[in-house]
Amino acid sequence: MASTQRTIQVQALARVEGEGAMTIRLKDDVVEDVELRIYEPPRFYEAFLRGRDAAETPDITARICGICPVAYQMSAVHAIEQIYEIQITPTQRHLRRLLYCGEWIESHVLHAFFLHAPDFLGYPGALEMARAKPELAELVKTALRVKKAGNSIVRAVGGREVHPINVRVGGFYRLPRHDELHALLPELTWSRSAVRGLLDWSTTLTYPDFEVDYQFVALQHPDEYPMNGGRIVSSRGLNIDVCAFPDHFAEMQVPHSNALQARLKSDGSSYFVGPLARWNLNHTYAPELVRQAAAAVGLTPPVRNPYRSLGVRLLEVLLAFDEAVRLIEAYEPQGPPTIPHQPRAGVGHAATEAPRGLLYHRYETDNQGLLRTAVIVPPTSQNQAQIEADLRQVAASLLPLSEEEATLKAEAIIRNYDPCISCATHFLKMKVERR
Amino acid sequence: MPPRLGVFKFASCDGCQLSLLDCEDELLGLAAQVEVAYFLEATRQPLVGEFDVALVEGSISAPEQLEQIHDVRQRSRFLVAIGACATAGGIQALRNGADVNDFLRLVYARPEYIQTLATSTPLAAHVQVDFELRGCPIDKRQLVDTIVSLLAGRRPRTPNHAVCLECKRAGHVCVMVAHGTPCLGPVTHAGCGALCPGYDRGCYGCFGPAASPNVTSLSQRLSATGFAAEAQVRLLSTFNVAAPAFASGRVALPVATPA
Repeated sequence: MASTQRTIQVQALARVEGEGAMTIRLKDDVVEDVELRIYEPPRFYEAFLRGRDAAETPDITARICGICPVAYQMSAVHAIEQIYEIQITPTQRHLRRLLYCGEWIESHVLHAFFLHAPDFLGYPGALEMARAKPELAELVKTALRVKKAGNSIVRAVGGREVHPINVRVGGFYRLPRHDELHALLPELTWSRSAVRGLLDWSTTLTYPDFEVDYQFVALQHPDEYPMNGGRIVSSRGLNIDVCAFPDHFAEMQVPHSNALQARLKSDGSSYFVGPLARWNLNHTYAPELVRQAAAAVGLTPPVRNPYRSLGVRLLEVLLAFDEAVRLIEAYEPQGPPTIPHQPRAGVGHAATEAPRGLLYHRYETDNQGLLRTAVIVPPTSQNQAQIEADLRQVAASLLPLSEEEATLKAEAIIRNYDPCISCATHFLKMKVERR
Repeated sequence: MPPRLGVFKFASCDGCQLSLLDCEDELLGLAAQVEVAYFLEATRQPLVGEFDVALVEGSISAPEQLEQIHDVRQRSRFLVAIGACATAGGIQALRNGADVNDFLRLVYARPEYIQTLATSTPLAAHVQVDFELRGCPIDKRQLVDTIVSLLAGRRPRTPNHAVCLECKRAGHVCVMVAHGTPCLGPVTHAGCGALCPGYDRGCYGCFGPAASPNVTSLSQRLSATGFAAEAQVRLLSTFNVAAPAFASGRVALPVATPA
């Protein structure tokens, strides 16, 4: 039987969004092994990026994920800008943070209400929820309106919701006009209040009693809640520059998955990235409004129950709306849209906080700016080992359940992580092998 | 009985099916008129029965997908390919000219664990496709129009002219004429609303080739403005790399080895 303890270091990415499956292996009704299989066909980004112009990285890597393209664009441009020694202007920096706020909102709201909430309420999906009861229809409507407000930010700054077109190495193609952004404010302020109500709603759900002393890993920035930069820190005292990521984390290939799994090099341990990690490590950097809301709904750190990530996502949505309003109110399109730059040879690293966690890119260019190598470590490959550990922990409790109940419960564990298997929604095919 | 809608995925980023969930204003109204009977991104409903309309995202790039696409075809009365992966093979078709084993070895330490096909191909290479929605990603207004047309019993229509016409209609200044910015607008299929020129950027071909594009003529113009042949090859080698008109346009370019 294949072992997940194989230590193979892989310097390249395999696709993770897509379809997965899980196998629980039992021997005499004792759990022997748990495998989360990701069988999305590989698309070989890191292979075909070789030889491409570094300027193409934001457009090409966006296509890795239709749900968090901004995250891929942000990690890509920051890494290339490090090589080209580009210092972006404060205006560009604020616009990138604003764009990221929009993506956090649309992605988190999609997950909280369309992917996650049906698990707690016992429906196949949000459309079925909306049909079942008028009050749930209202809830879904509010969620859609809030999601749309997030998408309106991505559209205004990036040009379109999926695979934005305005992001480039050195800044943007065009700075949005003052009126293009200010027009968003009424809906953003409405949404900020609405999210406070959605947070209250989240306290009406029943969360399974499940806590783990996770090793949380996230960025930390001296001035703000992390999105576009910072140092990589962990709940066990790690504190490193992003460039040191490959020294501390390794991606390994396991036989059962087309995705690579990341672990800490020091002890081979799994770790946890995403909203729960960000919140636990960075809550003191959140605005007062968000910290007060957290206290009111019982989400003051430490939060170690992964099911409660639903509420934490909503806290981050509240934070993103608050930031977006602040950034837009202060916005003046100043300075050039793009910082002029010349290609040069070098190595660049960047990590940003995708909605579902740390996203690391590393590129090496030649003196014409063509890529020699590309390494992309997405959040889901980092969480995969932790998801398997969670599954192993609950596996024994699944045994007495029916196939359907056991499948649902195991799926819910996986969905807690909002894996960037976009159809992670309800993707799990569980096979119980009894020998 | 309301019509049954199915949403299916092959090799892709999920962005095109997400476009349906991004129709925030239309989604609940749509769900009241059709039965969203299969849509893994949105519901746990199992795959059963037949579909009046199938929206299919993604390219065929793994062995098991060869059978799955035929199964989807057999279940579906009207099959719509959505997005560049489904209509042209997507960016993952960049492997088509290369040795896929080299790609496997670059990405995976143990390539023998991985099952993949040597090529990434559009749905139409395997089954009959009733309608194609272009784009990387598709345009959600075109998606809604398509579904509404089908509900009304009309064949959907989308313009197949070049982005240039949309650009003129939107009143944008031509980025190529005014600023010398390389732009694929003259040869690219309409549908995005000439988004990029509105952001002072040249079109980069998300929607693939327009009807009867003259890629060679555009190449001559780009070369005359000093845009290197290698860079032109790259510009034509993205999400619609395997679309025939872009492929033949590349072959005509004077470069030693394909990028």
